[in-house]
Amino acid sequence: MKTRVYVTLKNGVLDPQGKAIHHALEGLGFAGVNDVRAGKLIELDLDPSVGEAEVEAMCRKLLANTVIENFRIEREAEPAEARA
Amino acid sequence: MKSAVIVFPGSNCDRDMAVALEEVTGAKPAMVWHREPALPDGLDLIAIPGGFSYGDYLRSGAMAARSPVMRAVVEASERGVAVLGVCNGFQILTEAGLLPGALMRNAGLHFVCRDVALTVGNSQSAFTGRYEAGEAVVIPVAHHDGNYQADPATLERLEGEGRVAFRYAGPCNGSARDIAGILNDAGNVLGMMPHPERAIADAHGRTDGRRLFEGLLAALG
Repeated sequence: MKTRVYVTLKNGVLDPQGKAIHHALEGLGFAGVNDVRAGKLIELDLDPSVGEAEVEAMCRKLLANTVIENFRIEREAEPAEARA
Repeated sequence: MKSAVIVFPGSNCDRDMAVALEEVTGAKPAMVWHREPALPDGLDLIAIPGGFSYGDYLRSGAMAARSPVMRAVVEASERGVAVLGVCNGFQILTEAGLLPGALMRNAGLHFVCRDVALTVGNSQSAFTGRYEAGEAVVIPVAHHDGNYQADPATLERLEGEGRVAFRYAGPCNGSARDIAGILNDAGNVLGMMPHPERAIADAHGRTDGRRLFEGLLAALG
């Protein structure tokens, strides 16, 4: 089962990379970009037996550094044929 | 003084650290591979060297902090064994939870590799006993992720408890309060971005790092 973990910097944490991307977008002439924050997307292929709590533990123990980062877990709905 | 240097895949300052320890203390440190579940008995000091462990994958120091040997390092630190983390070693210590805060990408986005002027913030620890508080020293840095950040309460606590061991004398990488090195609350764990092991001999051009190892020898025997 595909599970996506989005890791983003907490509000208020400076994001030098986001700032550089912002400058580059402006340099390319894109107007109206107010702010850019860069994060990570981690895709996990998990056995259906792996529960939400376990994914959350993975995030807390390794995938995100909760001192500076937030994480959001998105579990893909089970495909119809797998349920049959 | 019995010491060990932890070696991770991607460590590249492990031999410099070993040379510095042997030259100053007279005893060869044990080189301990990251897969070892245990450390040699009777250690006085564990050094976590600089480098790019695991290619800085995920976050600098993140993978190394979860390697088997780090469980033994955490246990040893809780028993009071001195732990010195330099550069990537500092990143690993924050990722392992032995030191608060995090080291982020340098504010200027550039890899900074140069001599930097530092101010000694605390001369009372086992690591800094051979320095004077407020003294200016010059020690090189070489890092991409040295931008120290922590929440305001943590920064206040570090300042209030005298746990800022070294501070950049001028802007270096965007670190909060120009923090270059911090101690844990018990004072037996030091993480610092500058490389004292690269400034121990006249041939290095600098010798200000030597006193850190001399201080450890004096404090730990």
